Amino acid sequence: MLRVRSLTTHYGGIQALKGVSLHVDTGEIVALVGANGAGKTTILNTICGMVPASSGEVLFDGKPVTNAAPDRLVRMGLSQVPEGRQVFAPMTVLDNLKLGAYARPRAEKKREMKSDLEFIYETFPILKERSKQHAGTLSGGEQQMLAIGRALMSKPKMLLLDEPSVGLAPLVVKEIFRVISRFRDLGTTVLLVEQNARASLGIADRGYVLETGKILLEDAASELLINKEVQRAYLGKGYRHVWE
Amino acid sequence: MGIWNQRYETMPREELQQVQLERLQAIVNRAYENVAFYKRVFDQAGISPEDIRSLDDLARLPFTTRENLRDGYPYDAFAVPLRDVVRIHPSAGTTGAPTVCGYTVNDIHNWSELAARVLSAGGVGKEDVVQVFFGYGMFSAGFGFQQGAERIGASVIPASADDPESRITVMRDFKITALVGTPAYALSVADQIEEAGLDAGTLPLRVGLFGGEPWSEKLRERIEERLKIRAVDYYGLSEMSSPGVSWECDHKCGLHIAEDYFIAEVIDPKTGQAVDEGAQGELVLTSLMKEALPLLRYRTGDLTSLDSAQCLCGRTLARMSRVNSRTDDMFIVQGISIFPAQIEAILTEMDGSTPQYRLVIERHGASDELEIQIEVSERVFTDTATKLDQMKDRVVNRVRSSLGILPRVKWVEPRTLENLTGKGRRSIIDNRE
Repeated sequence: MLRVRSLTTHYGGIQALKGVSLHVDTGEIVALVGANGAGKTTILNTICGMVPASSGEVLFDGKPVTNAAPDRLVRMGLSQVPEGRQVFAPMTVLDNLKLGAYARPRAEKKREMKSDLEFIYETFPILKERSKQHAGTLSGGEQQMLAIGRALMSKPKMLLLDEPSVGLAPLVVKEIFRVISRFRDLGTTVLLVEQNARASLGIADRGYVLETGKILLEDAASELLINKEVQRAYLGKGYRHVWE
Repeated sequence: MGIWNQRYETMPREELQQVQLERLQAIVNRAYENVAFYKRVFDQAGISPEDIRSLDDLARLPFTTRENLRDGYPYDAFAVPLRDVVRIHPSAGTTGAPTVCGYTVNDIHNWSELAARVLSAGGVGKEDVVQVFFGYGMFSAGFGFQQGAERIGASVIPASADDPESRITVMRDFKITALVGTPAYALSVADQIEEAGLDAGTLPLRVGLFGGEPWSEKLRERIEERLKIRAVDYYGLSEMSSPGVSWECDHKCGLHIAEDYFIAEVIDPKTGQAVDEGAQGELVLTSLMKEALPLLRYRTGDLTSLDSAQCLCGRTLARMSRVNSRTDDMFIVQGISIFPAQIEAILTEMDGSTPQYRLVIERHGASDELEIQIEVSERVFTDTATKLDQMKDRVVNRVRSSLGILPRVKWVEPRTLENLTGKGRRSIIDNRE
């Protein structure tokens, strides 16, 4: 579904991505793990056309979309849930959700809006309860659910999720990841960027480990979870045994 | 027979190339950052890991040789700290310079996965009972097959090189269906079955996976005929995966290479340039998944040719032709790789000077035999027969302890060997088919 080849990105004189290649097959959940500043968000933003690629290529659904406009990508079925939720605080939950369908053809929207909303409410029952409330009054976890719900309203083939667990309580994180893992059954492909490597690899099929703008490892998520280097660097395991 | 990993073994080649590129970039990054040798050769060649933007860029990287591995002994070639290495297989080397292969937990997983592919393609399933005749000490194929068969869920008997009597008893009592070992072992098993007055056709034996030394199509026919089994070939080397680099499918039309784990190139051993597809040359392998011992463009010394046409079995993985010769004078006896220089070093150490000698390899029913024929020098000639016997024992013991194979040593008259060859002091005569 998504293919990235030797992607490089610069912020001014600083090279943020140094030749990143990755792919996500249809129906897969792929986790991209790495420390703060490794370039995870930059990868998503470059794929989405929000940050220009200096070189390399991005293919979505077999079509070249390197540096394509974000709205074109949304229309093609690629939707991003940005880091920090970024819901529209003064608007109601319902209006936030409706905005998610903005890029879809009017006739289709009219026809399917009701069933789509029902689907979102089924996935996140709390959003139905809060549908008339202003988004700004929601808790962090609820806002994250709203952000995901809003992205789903564009009926994406693929979702790019940027740090969905950041700043949330452990129980809420668990709930969010439970919902993401359900996307597999719904046929929505997911690229998940996370600092919470354990949780994201726990639900992913495959994963990539990113360090200073470079991919260091690609493997089945189950294999990455037992990789000693990954455990030390990202899973917080083994510190007790490290004395050198 | 079975395709163990449907996803990767039958992946469209264009998708496979994406996977190869991703994994190549990742292992180049790891090798450059974690292995001093690679950092040095990259820097010297003026190449940075970021220069690898396509699979074609692989050809820009320098080769890695067995000598490089030897220089890195024991730990320098490892890309992970020793505490992450869960298994170490050292192997004897030329003139006392050994090499070593190390494995992380994931490396062992991958090795098992690859061995499972080899076994599945050969026709081994979870109902099978597998007898592995490789020694489990000196080289790693025994372990690889053991793990692979266990991954599949088959029952495995690590028979190693146990005594021939019990071998046949075990084969009968546990209804062995699959044999794994050297082709020489297959012949010796056939002999023992006959000696025991059994008919191979009445035993449950179905398949055999043989390798570790070159064997011909003629020998394959003979093994299949005598043991009433299907005999298949596989290829591997400890530095990459043994077994697991490539394997035969039902169609016996070359060995499918695990291209999601290795990139195979075939080069002209003299110029280092790629040869055309189908032409013979030296196999060069780049590991894509190895964690402990990443090897980039490793020169195997084995001669083969590549064919990337789709196979009837459904696998999209390219095939290499069976390996029957090498670029150097290394030879394999009883599954153990030996360079004549290793034997020469032992002889020199014994005598103080290098005698004229000849290596003769024969296939004698039970197994391959290495005979070392040594010219008795004028000086030694004057010694007593007892002294000659003592020296003979010393050579036998030294070869056995350092190379892991029991040779025969034969004294020959002075000046009987030197004129047979223009290649200096050594010559090898391989009488195996």
